[in-house]
Amino acid sequence: MKKEYDIIVVGAGPAGSTAARYAAKNGASVLLLEKDRDVGYPVRCGEAVSHEGVLQFIEPDQKWIASTITKMNFISPSNIKITMPIDRNIGYVLERRIFDYELAKLAANNGAEVVTKAYVYDLLKNENGVAIGVKALIKDEKVEIKSKVVIAADGVESRVGKWGGIDTTCHIRDMESCAQVTVSGINFDDDTLDLYFGKKTSPGGYLWIFPKGKNSANIGIGVSVEEAKNKSAISYLNDFLEKQFPNASLLTRIAGGVPCAKPNKVMVKNNVMLVGDAAHQVNPVSGGGIITGMIGGMIAGEVAADSILKNDLQNLKDYGVKFQKRLGWRHEIFYNFKNVFGGIKDESMDTIAEAIVKLPIEDRTLAAIFRKALWREPSLIIDVAKVFIN
Amino acid sequence: MAKPHLMIHILPDKCDFCGCCVGVCPEDAIELKESEISIIEERCTNCKKCVWACPWEVIEFHKDGINNLSTKVNSLDENQFSKSLS
Repeated sequence: MKKEYDIIVVGAGPAGSTAARYAAKNGASVLLLEKDRDVGYPVRCGEAVSHEGVLQFIEPDQKWIASTITKMNFISPSNIKITMPIDRNIGYVLERRIFDYELAKLAANNGAEVVTKAYVYDLLKNENGVAIGVKALIKDEKVEIKSKVVIAADGVESRVGKWGGIDTTCHIRDMESCAQVTVSGINFDDDTLDLYFGKKTSPGGYLWIFPKGKNSANIGIGVSVEEAKNKSAISYLNDFLEKQFPNASLLTRIAGGVPCAKPNKVMVKNNVMLVGDAAHQVNPVSGGGIITGMIGGMIAGEVAADSILKNDLQNLKDYGVKFQKRLGWRHEIFYNFKNVFGGIKDESMDTIAEAIVKLPIEDRTLAAIFRKALWREPSLIIDVAKVFIN
Repeated sequence: MAKPHLMIHILPDKCDFCGCCVGVCPEDAIELKESEISIIEERCTNCKKCVWACPWEVIEFHKDGINNLSTKVNSLDENQFSKSLS
């Protein structure tokens, strides 16, 4: 490890590793620091991604694909199951442990230096409060490492951005408190994602069953912190498991948080750039953040390397503009949509589900579902209009 | 007015170190390492957001302060606690 780099990336999840990869590829010297002992572990994720999303960054490889997905079931509060074919967009349930490892290897192969068990506890700043590196605890030794740019990829628990003067706190309305188990010994459709909705089972979120092979699955839940103040995610999950899978073997249990907010308004300040969960680069409806974080990481890495090459760090601001153009605008619409969807009562959701389930499966396009929903619940029209006006 | 004493207590042995609490903390008052977690007492305002956010019920709120755990109030369900007292 050197004393100085062009760019230090904090956090070796998909967003951080991708930022490091593209920064290194574009000529910057890059140090990638991971607080945990292993890249990719523990896995705090439902692990579902789209095929098209993955393809932008890495060739799909069976060694990190647990299941290939062709169908999704949406299950209403009163258990009406709506099956949706995912036409072209075939997805995967990943083995994140291996996937993340591969992404970090890609960063290393492009020239980034990766160090694990490296906990960043503060920024080094100049007299104007501009970041000029990090203070870290590496294998229990305090070190100071300089850099021109710091990329904060430190996840939902991000603090690096705050130290750089960016407010990254997620409102409790938007934070999904999550719990997940990996169960085994039960048969699952290994090509199907199940999503359960309802205020009683998962207020302000949903419950998922994502298959990992034929007889194993991630069963997890996300609940809005604000809507579930008096009951925890694990408690909601246990209720479901007792009812549906009382005798399942639980191979892992994991907690987590997903910031289902709008992307952070400020993504660059004082030579600190935010990527991934730290920047709230998450689809606010699905809670999916692997690919969106990697897109953020790629843009940030490229912009950072380019700015350093041109010796113009003012140029870092381009990152926020580029991300907004690529994904941010969509996430803003999704965010408004989430708020409409979250306002639908369980009974109304069942009414809509009853109408949709009568449609032949091949006719279940988003537009057809939309029409059915509005026809059954006309008051939704006003809420839907707000999605586009806000 | 004197700063109120700390009322938030994290049970380190039960914590999964997921960071959900850190993500909602408006005061940057939680320090999280690979498998260590602690509240930065000078910053904490006892706002309870971390208590509500914790997926695993390992953050407790003690209204009389954490140094007086005999008057323990359960983190999630204060009503249930008062019921169990009566």
